[in-house]
Amino acid sequence: MDLPLGGVCKAGESRKLETGKWRSFRPVVDKAKCIKCGRCAEFCPDSCMEIKEDGAEVNLYYCKGCLICMRECPVDAITKEVEEK
Amino acid sequence: MKGKTAILEGSRAVAEAVRACRPDVISVYPITPQTHILEDLARFVSSGKLKSQFVRADSEFSAASIVYGASAAGARAYTASASQGLLLMNEVIYAMASTRLPVVLTAVNRAISAPITIQPDHQDTMSLRDTGALQIHVESMQEAYDAHVQSFRIAEDPDVQLPLMVCMDGWVISHSYEPVTVFPDEAVAEFAGSFTPVQKLDPSNPLTYGAYADQDVLMEYRYAMMIAQEKAKDKIRSVTKEYRDVFGNFDGDLLDTHCTEDAEVVLVAMGSMVSTIRAAVDELRSEGRKVGLVKVRTFRPFPREEIIAACGKAPVVAVLDKSLSVNSGGILATEVKSAFYGGSSQPVIVPFIAGLGGKEVNRRVIKEIVDIASRAAEKQGARETVWMGLDRSFFS
Amino acid sequence: MTIQTEVKELHAPGHRACPGCGCAIAVKLILRETGPNTIVVSPTGCLETFTSPFRGSSWEVPWIHSLFENAPAIATGVLAGLNSKGNVDGTKVVAIGGDGGTYDIGMGALSGMFERKDDILYICYDNEAYMNTGIQGSSATPLGAGTTTTPVVGDSFGKMVSKKDLLAIALAHDVPYVATASIANPADLKKKVRKGMDNPGPAFILMLTPCNLGWGFEPEDTVELARKAISTGLFPIVEFENGRLVSAQKIKPVPVEEYLKPQKRYQHLYKKENFNEVLKAIQEKADRNIEKYDLAKDRN
Repeated sequence: MDLPLGGVCKAGESRKLETGKWRSFRPVVDKAKCIKCGRCAEFCPDSCMEIKEDGAEVNLYYCKGCLICMRECPVDAITKEVEEK
Repeated sequence: MKGKTAILEGSRAVAEAVRACRPDVISVYPITPQTHILEDLARFVSSGKLKSQFVRADSEFSAASIVYGASAAGARAYTASASQGLLLMNEVIYAMASTRLPVVLTAVNRAISAPITIQPDHQDTMSLRDTGALQIHVESMQEAYDAHVQSFRIAEDPDVQLPLMVCMDGWVISHSYEPVTVFPDEAVAEFAGSFTPVQKLDPSNPLTYGAYADQDVLMEYRYAMMIAQEKAKDKIRSVTKEYRDVFGNFDGDLLDTHCTEDAEVVLVAMGSMVSTIRAAVDELRSEGRKVGLVKVRTFRPFPREEIIAACGKAPVVAVLDKSLSVNSGGILATEVKSAFYGGSSQPVIVPFIAGLGGKEVNRRVIKEIVDIASRAAEKQGARETVWMGLDRSFFS
Repeated sequence: MTIQTEVKELHAPGHRACPGCGCAIAVKLILRETGPNTIVVSPTGCLETFTSPFRGSSWEVPWIHSLFENAPAIATGVLAGLNSKGNVDGTKVVAIGGDGGTYDIGMGALSGMFERKDDILYICYDNEAYMNTGIQGSSATPLGAGTTTTPVVGDSFGKMVSKKDLLAIALAHDVPYVATASIANPADLKKKVRKGMDNPGPAFILMLTPCNLGWGFEPEDTVELARKAISTGLFPIVEFENGRLVSAQKIKPVPVEEYLKPQKRYQHLYKKENFNEVLKAIQEKADRNIEKYDLAKDRN
């Protein structure tokens, strides 16, 4: 592995960091309630929410458990549970 | 090569050289005695003689940062400063060197406050000696021109990639007039080439400049700069040689020597003082004194082996410093002593402080230095630093 | 549970922002608007630190961090470098810096960039203190807020003087596009980023980005608090073009208490009688903003 000249690094290498390991709580989406408005995805600081056909889905690899999605969901489709691991 | 010779102000000679090397971005903040350079460049840009982004900076910190950003974006960048301005650029130049951005910078040497003064000495560029930036110290207006033409190639070399400061004494070189030969624009542009950056800020290949790092790589990054400065030595040698081949001028590469072969006293110095010393050496030689001169041209990379070789068998080496590390002594002297330490050649090294804050160093002073150095050699023990021309009446 | 192997977001996940970071929300939205043909410049600060660990950068656009005090000058230099080669691709230069690097140590360079009228969009994410270094006061820290260098001790009620008015400073420089925006209104934020980029010359956008660690609230309340800052009138959402106010988001004003009380950095103001003056001053500031920008929705 060489030393990048001048400390200049490649783009996007953060994607390998599993920030999901930071979690104390995890958001849980009740897809039945989800109206796919996209607000959770818009407000997520870590780009963890993906709005799929059947509702919002959390990317647990990166999710830090801030729970902004839970707070901002207009239909209370998101709840929290303690992160066991 | 034939050029046009005219009586030019040192600043004008620099401006002509820089213009012909076609920098893409120039940013300057005025400070005496650098102002004539930037005024000449501003006129060249306004009149269309130089196509360059000429950016007025709000401070030297910003001027250095502007050329830093330009260089990172892949442009050939240039700035100039002196004294307080160089100190203000200090933080930026550290980062510039360690981010490996090859900016060329003219440092018009001027003493540092306080007291505030516009007189010349080398304290300003000495205070940047640890940054990793290269330094070429010139002795004449012609050399100021020549060195700038050489600088872009040296700094931008893929193995070097370091900022380069061309240092010239304020007033003595910047504002004095001498015949200077200016070479044809096309030839100079061809010699300087164009900047092809190893990497740059470019949306088609996004990179992150200025990441933060830990103990795993910090020492390694510093070591990489040590390697780069060693490579710079070869580059400086080859570029100055090529310059002589193309244009006919040679002012030394890492150093230059005058009458050192059988010298009993060798004077080591930098900057405009060197041309005074040459004249003094010639006069002393005509009187039968065996004196020689080693001109340290590149303070960084410091020519350790070359100085030792140039001093040869000379029993006495007198180092003339136009800078001071308070409590320690002359900075050039410290580097010279350090170079000789532990080697087989052990001349008596006598340090002199000469010309701080513009105190005159003329041929009479040089001859006095030779006499003092010769006498010091006969004594034993450490050689105290000699302060030339100090008005001791203030201290009785 | 999927690691992203391709670029889906120009501000990549895996960055090291605190959970619930307001700045991280802002930057994600900003980059969604700027697109990839952008070079971003940042000073030292939270954003720089959480996005650029060695070999762990979360920037998917070219990005440069130099020092703390020179982001505006670096941006000028980058743009000059692009322009010297013609900038045929029309690459935009956007600077994103925190309040420390903008209001304080970067003020000189910012003023220079404004004065030169360089075509750069400068976005300040304002978390109202030097958060990266551990919550020390900056000139953006508001009156009455507690930080480690504006501590609440004895008669000291935290920051003893009000925050600098950066909008006024930008307007004093005749910056053609000056606006505030909020993570609470993502659509408006993106629209303003677009306007700032498209407008020739310099542009300045100030965004209040609540910091749960520094202000003392639960991470989940970040966006709600940003909303409250607006609805109290303390952080008006306004827009100026060539010095003229062209838009101001109307609000149904709520008392500042709704914004201040949930934050630990203001708790002390409710615990001592003689700090009531400070609460009054804060409410007065909110009222002044409401009047100045005519923020109150018309009562029907």
